[in-house]
Amino acid sequence: MSLQNAIGHNGNGNGSNGGVAGTNSTGVVITNSATPLPEGVHLPLYMDNHATTQLDPRVLEAMMPYFTGKFGNAASRNHQFGWEAEKAVETAREQIAKLIGATAKEIIFTSGATESDNLALKGVAEMYRERGNHIITQVTEHKAILDTCKKLEKQGFRVTYLPVMADGLIDLDDLKRAIVTEGPEKTILVSIMFANNEIGVIQPIAEIGKICHEKGVLFHTDAVQAVGKVPVDVQAMNIDMLSISAHKLYGPKGVGALYVRRRNPRVQITEQINGGGHERGMRSGTLNVPGIVGLGAACEICRNEMETEGKREQELRDHLRAKFEDALDYVRVNGNMEHHLPGNLNMSFVYVEGESLLMGINDIAVSSGSACTSATLEPSYVLKALGLGDDVAHSSIRFGLGRFNTRAEVDYVADKIIDVVRKLRELSPLYEMVKEGIDLTKIEWAAH
Amino acid sequence: MAYSDKVVDHYENPRNVGTLDKSSEAVGTGLVGAPECGDVMRLQIRVNPQTQVIEDAKFKTFGCGSAIASSSLATEWVKGRTISDALTISNTDIVKELALPPVKIHCSVLAEDAIRAAIGDWKKKNGVADEAHAEVAVAS
Repeated sequence: MSLQNAIGHNGNGNGSNGGVAGTNSTGVVITNSATPLPEGVHLPLYMDNHATTQLDPRVLEAMMPYFTGKFGNAASRNHQFGWEAEKAVETAREQIAKLIGATAKEIIFTSGATESDNLALKGVAEMYRERGNHIITQVTEHKAILDTCKKLEKQGFRVTYLPVMADGLIDLDDLKRAIVTEGPEKTILVSIMFANNEIGVIQPIAEIGKICHEKGVLFHTDAVQAVGKVPVDVQAMNIDMLSISAHKLYGPKGVGALYVRRRNPRVQITEQINGGGHERGMRSGTLNVPGIVGLGAACEICRNEMETEGKREQELRDHLRAKFEDALDYVRVNGNMEHHLPGNLNMSFVYVEGESLLMGINDIAVSSGSACTSATLEPSYVLKALGLGDDVAHSSIRFGLGRFNTRAEVDYVADKIIDVVRKLRELSPLYEMVKEGIDLTKIEWAAH
Repeated sequence: MAYSDKVVDHYENPRNVGTLDKSSEAVGTGLVGAPECGDVMRLQIRVNPQTQVIEDAKFKTFGCGSAIASSSLATEWVKGRTISDALTISNTDIVKELALPPVKIHCSVLAEDAIRAAIGDWKKKNGVADEAHAEVAVAS
């Protein structure tokens, strides 16, 4: 992409005309950034790795033969094309199992984590309905869980949505109180995500697993953001089911897996897709062999590199945060930063609306907690669940650092955002009012 | 989401950003929207008491690019108009000029509200009675 676009207007009016009463301040220029494009930084720049990740070239290399010569159906039992495909699938199963402390037979391939979440929740609900009709989850889950729970509610299940504390973690006492151990309302399943996709907080999974097992309740976790990024051990953490997506860990889109425990306890789920009895009857359909090979390869790379990569991303993340906090006032991090994904930073740049900030950095891919484009104008439900005011939620940006982000990129992104935030604050009546000592909460705003 | 060139232009080079002295008799201030809705516009006008012509206009906006563009455009349009003429500016004019998509129409509504609020404030300060806004039939 064009270097010219990024640096062509250096030295232009930097908009240092403050909002002093009576001054003529017309020279605010937002995107003609004075931030130079450093060595090794290319635009557009991707820093939204919770949405998806770039396919690792090593993963692509592993997949390629299965698009071409090795095209067999893994379910073909009587020729070598089928055997070859089946062998590749079984290798992938091993690679995935090893990353999460499971056994290969406990891995069921799906089309992605949304399907895995649906299969886990609906599959357990249908299978265990006679034991009880109560399911527990929490408010900051991904929509793949929340929407599935809504559907189960329509079918007569009772769902408890646990609140989160101001740091995004659930209160384990809330969980203990919510579990019903007797009667027709008995709890059959707890589904709590491992790490949140917006704020990156990691729930106390091992403690949740322990509570569930003590009370005889199955425990599912949507671990899409965690697997391959932080250590996951289904044995040590008493996880009964776990959803994985390939494209969140540098694998291909359209493939995922569900771990289903086979021992202590043996978890049974009712299949949601019929037709051929693949995946031990739990998920029919011809296997996506190249995708599965990619998922396996991606898991193996993560297992080998997780420790060093996690440290590297965390350093970059802390560096990014420090740059914002040093340069700007009225910034805040969202979510507990101790129990946190290494590559996630969710920050609010208060008094600047998130979408306008993204517009000023349109060559950088990050996400906003503002949903100004949605029909409801509602900001992120995850940030709202933390008790953030809507105004602060509208001002938040999610940075998702990943394997391919460099320190030079982090510096560039930080400088650019600082620049745009300063300019937008020159435009912000709220910032001006706060600087003048006006308490915004005392103003009677006309909500529209 | 793709923005129209005009929205991008106003966003990148917003016109008439700033603050007028809100305690001045000649200045009308309109502050509309709410932080929790993600949009707050403040539009100020300085009116010549003899001619009732808006001689200067300034704005500051907290909001998305379309909100910034709508208020920037509003300041451009009100400048040089009489207050009664400025009151004829409607949100649909802003929608057309900026090619706002349906989800951004509220930004134009807010800009129209801001113009009305600023003029209303000036009228109140200067003891000018609100004219009845009789609909004027226009031959089409």
